[in-house]
Amino acid sequence: MRYQSQKVAYWFFALSMLLLSLQIIYGFIMGFAHLGYDNLHDFIPFNTARAVHTNLLVVWLLSGFMGAAYYIIPEEAEQELVSVKLAYVQLISLAVVGVVAIVGYHFNYWEGRKFLEIPRPLDFLVVVNVLLFLGLILATLFKGKKRTTTSLVLSMGLLFAALLYLPGMIWFDNQTMDSFFRWWVVHLWVEGVWELIMGGILAFLLIKITGVDREVIEKWLYVIVGLTFISGILGTGHHYYYIGTPKYWLMIGGIFSALEPLAFLGMALFAIAMYRKGEKRHPNKVALNWTLGTAIVSFVGAGLLGVAHTIPQVNLYTHGTLVTAMHGHLAFWGAYAMINLAIISYTMPNLTGRKLYDTGNGTLAFWLSNIGMLGMTVAFGVAGVAQVYLERIVGMEFGVVQQEISVHFAILIVCATMFTVGICVYIYEFVKYGRPSDEAIYLTN
Amino acid sequence: MLSKSNARFFFLGGTIVTFAIFLGLSWRTLSVDVPRQTNAQDITPEVVRGKHLWESNNCMGCHTIFGEGAYYAPELTKVMERREEAYVKLLLTSKEPWAPRGRKMVAYGFSDQEAADLIAFLNWCGKADLNGFPAKPKYQHLNTNK
Repeated sequence: MRYQSQKVAYWFFALSMLLLSLQIIYGFIMGFAHLGYDNLHDFIPFNTARAVHTNLLVVWLLSGFMGAAYYIIPEEAEQELVSVKLAYVQLISLAVVGVVAIVGYHFNYWEGRKFLEIPRPLDFLVVVNVLLFLGLILATLFKGKKRTTTSLVLSMGLLFAALLYLPGMIWFDNQTMDSFFRWWVVHLWVEGVWELIMGGILAFLLIKITGVDREVIEKWLYVIVGLTFISGILGTGHHYYYIGTPKYWLMIGGIFSALEPLAFLGMALFAIAMYRKGEKRHPNKVALNWTLGTAIVSFVGAGLLGVAHTIPQVNLYTHGTLVTAMHGHLAFWGAYAMINLAIISYTMPNLTGRKLYDTGNGTLAFWLSNIGMLGMTVAFGVAGVAQVYLERIVGMEFGVVQQEISVHFAILIVCATMFTVGICVYIYEFVKYGRPSDEAIYLTN
Repeated sequence: MLSKSNARFFFLGGTIVTFAIFLGLSWRTLSVDVPRQTNAQDITPEVVRGKHLWESNNCMGCHTIFGEGAYYAPELTKVMERREEAYVKLLLTSKEPWAPRGRKMVAYGFSDQEAADLIAFLNWCGKADLNGFPAKPKYQHLNTNK
């Protein structure tokens, strides 16, 4: 690292690791419940576990993005962060809002709208928190000596993510309108502005790891984020097929969703091409694995599996089944979890000054977690497809079908265990690095 | 060869054009089509209270409505066609946990009024035009469960 204030990033990453661990625990609670072992029902009913699982995901990914921004922006702008103290205030308030929301879910205190369960009063705190974060990042960027494309794309992604949170806070009496705007947040986040954030972080990592000329990398970054928005904005239509919205969304959503994998394909080809073009061989192989991994797995999980069930004729049957869970798991893992793990792997040696990336553990964590997650995706897929045929095509009752497919949740749990071992090894390595140190400023570049 | 400024133009231009189209279509959808397809005139205070109960108890955390939610419990858009109103009311007001085929539902113990509100909400949902969702099962006639 080059600037003292970059150290703040470490604490955001540490919060991410903590929340990720909790997220996995709640995932297991749900997996076992599907298998018939819902012994915790009285304390943690399924809807609580579900809200906690998905909200922890959102908060740990956001915390990771924020950490990444606090690391990348000073380095790109060649300027210390405008206020380290306020960055810590922001970190603590983020953790407090997250913890209060999650505890609240255990006491029936929520707003049951998928992914946006945070109760309304806490929503306002989220807004204040994000404004503080953006204020710090943008002030640093404008005070800085340089405004690179990478930092602008990253900041734009963060700014739009904040703006898009607002439509989700409007109250509607009509369930369809409620859903319509809920997707403005959820879809335009994950298939829009979060890809901007991902692209920005990916470009930064590629510049650092491959040594390819910044101008080349940033040119292609524009093309990729352009493809993302052109396909992703109207691709929102795939959420408007069957919720009380008109039929023209079937065509618009169908066509533009089919284009969505292009952005991810572009990202994968871009990462591989830059890696092959680069003459620099950065010694941090673990970070390289995660960087190329995120580009490839996001194409499969978000791109291919996404388009597989956004074809309107298919979606009529798969909409609201475990097929969605299949796509959701590999998409979030490939695109957003892995990009976070990539930036954390890259920055830890630089923040702490300890170059521990040469151990086998880093590689082990990468493969175990990825193979585990692929196995989980297949288990969800088999369960989902079986559910679609039995329930939606043959017309068997929901409960009967669930009993028939419960065996796939045993496989899911085995794969999830493998995944968890991988994540434990990753976190063990994270802890082993220790705290960030000022000495690291002189040790790394 | 593509230059960086061409690439930037592609990004900004593409984004502005598609977003403008998206806003236009959204306007049309929300002002004309949704009120018609969802029978907005039938959204009574009971339906609104039902929707509030639906949300404040996170029913979507297990069930789906309009195909949206979680996949642990049945899709409820057409539940009032499948089940008798008395059955739904009994389930909602029950103080004992409901566990069809061993899968437990939280015992909410709603009052009669609350149950009526939720049923009004579900009735309204069931009448919305969802472009054919949920599809009628093709081989329902072969199924001996019914």
